[in-house]
Amino acid sequence: MTDAGATKGGPAIRVALPYHLRTLAKIESAEVRLEVAAPVTVRRVLDALEARYSMLGGTIREYGTGQRRAFMRIFACEEDWSHESMDAELPEPVAAGREPLLILGAIAGG
Amino acid sequence: MSSVRVLVGTRKGAFILMSDGKRKDWTVSGPLFAGWEIYHMKGSPVDPNRLYASQSSSWSGQVVQRSDDGGATWNAVSNKFAYAGVPGTHQWYDGTPHPWEFKRVWHFEPSLTDADAVFAGVEDAALFKSPDGGATWEELKGLREHGTGPRWQPGAGGMCLHTVILDPSNADRIFIAISAAGAFRTDDGGKSWKPINKGLVSQYIPDPTAEVGHCVHHVAMHSSRPNVLFMQKHWDVMRSDDAGDNWHEVSGNLPTDFGFTIDVHAHEPETIFVVPIKSDAEHFVPDGKLRVFRSKTGGNEWEALEKGLPQKDCYVNVLRDAMAVDSLDKCGVYFGTSGGQVYTSPDAGDSWAPIVRDLPAVLSVEVQTLQ
Repeated sequence: MTDAGATKGGPAIRVALPYHLRTLAKIESAEVRLEVAAPVTVRRVLDALEARYSMLGGTIREYGTGQRRAFMRIFACEEDWSHESMDAELPEPVAAGREPLLILGAIAGG
Repeated sequence: MSSVRVLVGTRKGAFILMSDGKRKDWTVSGPLFAGWEIYHMKGSPVDPNRLYASQSSSWSGQVVQRSDDGGATWNAVSNKFAYAGVPGTHQWYDGTPHPWEFKRVWHFEPSLTDADAVFAGVEDAALFKSPDGGATWEELKGLREHGTGPRWQPGAGGMCLHTVILDPSNADRIFIAISAAGAFRTDDGGKSWKPINKGLVSQYIPDPTAEVGHCVHHVAMHSSRPNVLFMQKHWDVMRSDDAGDNWHEVSGNLPTDFGFTIDVHAHEPETIFVVPIKSDAEHFVPDGKLRVFRSKTGGNEWEALEKGLPQKDCYVNVLRDAMAVDSLDKCGVYFGTSGGQVYTSPDAGDSWAPIVRDLPAVLSVEVQTLQ
């Protein structure tokens, strides 16, 4: 499967979105690639994601507070980043584009 | 030749049902927005190809979809519903103050005169308007701030503004209803509002005749008589002949006057339809029989309509926005159930047939009569 928005040079942040958000944004690939200036943080990744896919605004983090929606989870390098500061620097493999930032819907009923 | 387009919102996506004027053979499209809750879809009376859909989930919140080609293609428009100013508090279930929090859009009501203007009734209860096809939303804050807001309380489904009725004879007059606050009216285009609940009696609240606090489930109006309103309250079917200033009960001989939906015949303003539900503790039709009740006298005298509907072992519910009528010469009536059936009657309720039987639980049904 290809990815969306791959850049021609330099590392790009890889972001894996849940199925329903990929369909909402009409993304056919498993991952999207985003240019994010260092330091790479969850906030900056989401800013870049929402700048490219405006329909994702409000679906991962709340308007107003900017906080992560309660049933959305964020993982990096097999670690749960859901409760970390949105301004904490993400692990180097994510910043270098070797590992994706995973955004998941929590498993919570049907 | 005329045709009808039925817009069905369900717990797991949206469906569009199409037929010609005979309303016998149907095509079914969908699911659209599969897996998401579609609380409501509705088309513009000015441009019938302009449709709005309220798409939401517990995970990702509210999305607003718009189609400009009758539902063939859709694009997300703005989902920014920001309350004006500091929204303050309403009552929580236990009577304590609870901050206003946006949760979802329950109902879209497109303008009668402007294809780009649309109202949105939301939870926690407020009324928003978009002048630009959903690109931006602004709260009509006079409703939430008119003074009784701190006394509003959520119903079992949340504190939702679920009914928006535009007066075709007076562009400045709008009726809305909230569970559980009651019905309200503006006569100046939404700047100021007043409760219109005189005559409602609700035994489940501390003051049964209070100005606000009533769990109004739905209100319907015939466009030719905008001062006559019909209401399905939590319990009681009610009628007003003075634009909501006073209400009186017209439950009459209904087997139970609990229910959610109510609608008016397209050509006979005294003919109304309800689907009685057993009780607020048992949200299904009584006696295992799915029956629509019709009154041709504006209430009080009701007849059961059951031809073509299941008359044994049926335990479905019909929600507040899940009934609609078309405007063909022989008025068609439509409703959807919690069991995923959508029924139609091409003869104003005399006989019924399912269009589809196995959709996800139906949340809303709207119909467009197309020329």
